[in-house]
Amino acid sequence: MAKHATPLLDQLESGPWPSFVSDMKQEAEARAKNENNVEYQIPQDACEDLLGVLELSFKDGTTHWKHGGIVGVFGYGGGVIGRYCDQPENFPGVAHFHTMRVSQPAGKFYTTKYLKEICDLWERRGSGLTNMHGSTGDIIFLGTTTPQLEEIFYELTHNLNQDLGGSGSNLRTPSDCIGQARCEYACFDTQDLCHNLTNEYQDELHRPAFPYKFKFKFDGCPNCCVASIARSDLSFIGTWKDDIRIDQDAVAGYVSGEFKPNAGAHAGRDWGPFDIQKEVIDLCPTGCMKYEDGKLLINNKECTRCMHCINVMPRALRPGLERGCSMLAGAKAPILDGAQMGSLLVPFIEVNKDNDYQEIKDVIEKIWDWWMEEGKNRERLGELMKRQGFQKLLEVTEIKPVPQHVQEPRSNPYIFWKEDEVEGGWDRDINEFRKHHQR
Amino acid sequence: MELEEAKEKIVEALTKKAKSKSKFYFNDLSKILDLKPRAAKKLITRLIETEVLEYWSSGSTTMYGLKGMGKQAAAEHED
Repeated sequence: MAKHATPLLDQLESGPWPSFVSDMKQEAEARAKNENNVEYQIPQDACEDLLGVLELSFKDGTTHWKHGGIVGVFGYGGGVIGRYCDQPENFPGVAHFHTMRVSQPAGKFYTTKYLKEICDLWERRGSGLTNMHGSTGDIIFLGTTTPQLEEIFYELTHNLNQDLGGSGSNLRTPSDCIGQARCEYACFDTQDLCHNLTNEYQDELHRPAFPYKFKFKFDGCPNCCVASIARSDLSFIGTWKDDIRIDQDAVAGYVSGEFKPNAGAHAGRDWGPFDIQKEVIDLCPTGCMKYEDGKLLINNKECTRCMHCINVMPRALRPGLERGCSMLAGAKAPILDGAQMGSLLVPFIEVNKDNDYQEIKDVIEKIWDWWMEEGKNRERLGELMKRQGFQKLLEVTEIKPVPQHVQEPRSNPYIFWKEDEVEGGWDRDINEFRKHHQR
Repeated sequence: MELEEAKEKIVEALTKKAKSKSKFYFNDLSKILDLKPRAAKKLITRLIETEVLEYWSSGSTTMYGLKGMGKQAAAEHED
């Protein structure tokens, strides 16, 4: 018998999708039975009370959580987010219900042993409820009490070789796609770069001194599986400089129906025979492809790396071999001023393991120096870029403006010449000018 | 700047404002120290380690306060 009646939550379970309410009930029941004789360090009925307080919130149409606090582990400014219930007498099991962020491994590769160990730890010292993964990428532990925080941190770091992730005005836990471990499109080793920068910037991750949050995300190719272009202040997207590699025999194989387009995806219905003109050539955003006399031709100079043709015909088309990444800056969610996508800052940069990614680190640190000095409190990089201008970002990063920085020439030119960059400056001989131009 | 001098400046400035405010942004502290952010961070981190200051986090934003001052679990913008 459940501790609290939850008619409104029960209704959520009736939809077609698996419900988080069922998960919470399952955990509440398991904790009540305690078949594994776990020595619970927080109230055994925490999940029951969590269901109860959520039901009350649905009934009242308002939240019963207070948010934020001084809780944390010693020396770290991030990784723990204080959560307190404003109905502690009715729901004592969740009077403190702090969230902990655990830094996920690069590419989110785990062993089952590791997963079991962190789940056991959280079962014993927390609510047992997790969020795999939060939108930031971390493993999220949902709900524990203040005295447990240091204990959990000790066990994570000493027994599981595991660190807390970022929260608050910190560098957030960097996040990447699975990259070259499993994906043939990946143009650089996303996991290595992600891991390297995570280690390099430990101080930024744990000791908050930024104006607000800052996120790195790494996508191995422009398919952008971790959506870095939309969700990170500094986005790294794999790209190539040379030509898309074409296997004309495989192209013919797709046209003849020998190979299924999209590697057999979208096979839930019959789309009819593959039509290369309609499904590839006509959908190219820059119109840089044609299919003539049984041959596919690509004008690579016009290619914007949209990946559509490669995705449709992966056997026939592959990214080029001169690979690196593009860096885009300033994406954010719509808290102020609406959502922003990243703006292209570095069209191509080598991803060079041999010198410890120094070129990339140089760009990052110049951006941080600017943002830390000029950013207002709670101002994201994208907002500072809007306020002071993209040109200012180019100045501080010492990057020369190139055509790729201008979205639409002449209609929206936000790169301007300065007087000292123009021969002769702004002064002119007005008499000489008037000889040829009437007033 | 030496740690002792930084501690004196921060404690004095934050105590003065204690009636109206108990949590401060990083920028407020670097202004008190009159240092660039990176130099200020080194000293402010030491003040956290020596338990003069403590972090307060809303989850999205982090602020700093003198240890033990102000409301313990104040919500964002509630002060």
